[in-house]
Amino acid sequence: MTLLSIEGLGIAFGGIKAVHDVSLKVDPGEIVSIIGPNGAGKTTLFNMISGIYQPDSGCVLLEGEDVTGMAPFRLASRGMSRTFQNLQIFQNMTVLENAIAGFHLQERGAVLADLLHLPSSRRRARAAEAGARALLARVGLERAADREAGSLSYGSLKRLEIARALALRPKVLLLDEPAAGCNAVETEEIDQLIAEVAASGVAILLVEHDMKLVMRISSHVVVLDQGEKIAEGAPAEVSRDPAVIAAYLGSEEAAHADG
Amino acid sequence: MPRLSAKSATLLVLAALVVVSPLFFPSGYYYRVGALIFVNGLAVTGIVILTGYAGQISLGHAGFAGIGGYACALAPVHLGLPPALAAVLGVLISGALAYLVGRPILRLKGYYLAVATLGFGILVSMVLNNERQLTGGPDGIIVPDLGLRGLLKDWGLNISNGEFWYFFCGIALLIGAWIALNLRQSPTGRALRALHGSEIAAQTVGIDVARLKLQAFVISAVYASVAGSLLALQNKFITPDVAGFMHSIEMVTMAVLGGAGSVLGAILGAGVLTLLPQVLTVFAEFEQLVLGLVMMLMMIFLREGLLPSLLRKLRGRDE
Repeated sequence: MTLLSIEGLGIAFGGIKAVHDVSLKVDPGEIVSIIGPNGAGKTTLFNMISGIYQPDSGCVLLEGEDVTGMAPFRLASRGMSRTFQNLQIFQNMTVLENAIAGFHLQERGAVLADLLHLPSSRRRARAAEAGARALLARVGLERAADREAGSLSYGSLKRLEIARALALRPKVLLLDEPAAGCNAVETEEIDQLIAEVAASGVAILLVEHDMKLVMRISSHVVVLDQGEKIAEGAPAEVSRDPAVIAAYLGSEEAAHADG
Repeated sequence: MPRLSAKSATLLVLAALVVVSPLFFPSGYYYRVGALIFVNGLAVTGIVILTGYAGQISLGHAGFAGIGGYACALAPVHLGLPPALAAVLGVLISGALAYLVGRPILRLKGYYLAVATLGFGILVSMVLNNERQLTGGPDGIIVPDLGLRGLLKDWGLNISNGEFWYFFCGIALLIGAWIALNLRQSPTGRALRALHGSEIAAQTVGIDVARLKLQAFVISAVYASVAGSLLALQNKFITPDVAGFMHSIEMVTMAVLGGAGSVLGAILGAGVLTLLPQVLTVFAEFEQLVLGLVMMLMMIFLREGLLPSLLRKLRGRDE
């Protein structure tokens, strides 16, 4: 069964169509990548899927159920998890606490038990901490566990966000440029991590600028330009598509004109 | 030796302060000042939960102190409740009101939230001032005796009124601090601090941001209510000033000045701001002026608040 399916999604800001009539599907274990020039509407699309923006038209189906515009925290409890292009880290907490926060749905319980430090509260917190430490080890941050999150490098923060998103044990994972700002080695590690997560049966929707990464790991690629889907298919197919080449060349020409 | 957790260290420091300070009191009057510091410290600990943990501001929390205080004055007379149960009733009313008021206004952010909470505080204060028949109006109203000191006397423990309230409020503060410190490291406290850091990221990990803000608001209202009750019971008298705008501002100022993110820091802030006016009486008519100046200088040079800034400086010297 299709895990995540988006049908005719669209939104306009001040009369300008940021995303128009975009549809796509992600199955368990699949990695679907969304590519396109800057301003194509990739992050806007992500924000609609994850409930941050209310779409003007179309719908989002999660496991066949309509979840369009549902609050992000409800989507989280239904198995959707995401990372952000412009990091959203809890800067006021340690690296470990950031990862533990990802276990919120598993560790939350009666407030009174938390206020009084009852055994049930301690048990929940301990389980979450153990899980968080394991995840930090998985993304190579176990030695930074007690550091303030704000003191980490950009690449490390990207991995911390992935760890936090994985803590939810998501069915669908939305990754917004997970390799941005990472060096070649880090990109390779993230690449491998994403492939592992997909292999465990998670449906992954990926926005990424690193074309090599996209072509290497994607099972399916969707190309957006100016808010519309202009092509989709297997990575090799898409990279030969004249419309795609034109969109990318067009944006390059524009970049030259700017400079 | 195992390292002390921050929680145990804070509680030990507080307990030591409560027990040791009286050895240095030049007169019995200082028991009263100490009790006042503890009551203010308790109210400010509630602000730590709301502002320091969850990052939400309230300029109306004195309203809840007013409810706690007037519950102790009115419930014994009109409902025949013993004063201790009247304080519990105050807590229930404050908690329920915080829930009802908090639901709509906690959707607001930053200064919009500040103004909305300010409105709530003014409302409570106006009711207390204007319902003369019930509350005695601006002149205030008498509060019955708690009766615990008499009981202790019957059991052979004879202490002065000042000593009794000093230790009673000291114990209340320790319990309040213990609860706030429990919360900090608990799943709920972590979620509060997370939504303080990034609401959007908090949502994506499944935190029901609106619900958690409301919980923090209710908990901090309960702290303010208990503090108001303690103040009324030890003074055996209460006026609407306890619910006034200045008292709300005082709570936030104490928390921020001491370090809103830290329980010990905020209590220290309560101590400093309760003591300063006593110390500054040497400046006679310039007292208020100097107080304002001291507060400004503290915020300029100790931006994160008294305790966190000092700790950072100490640590910096170690390295």
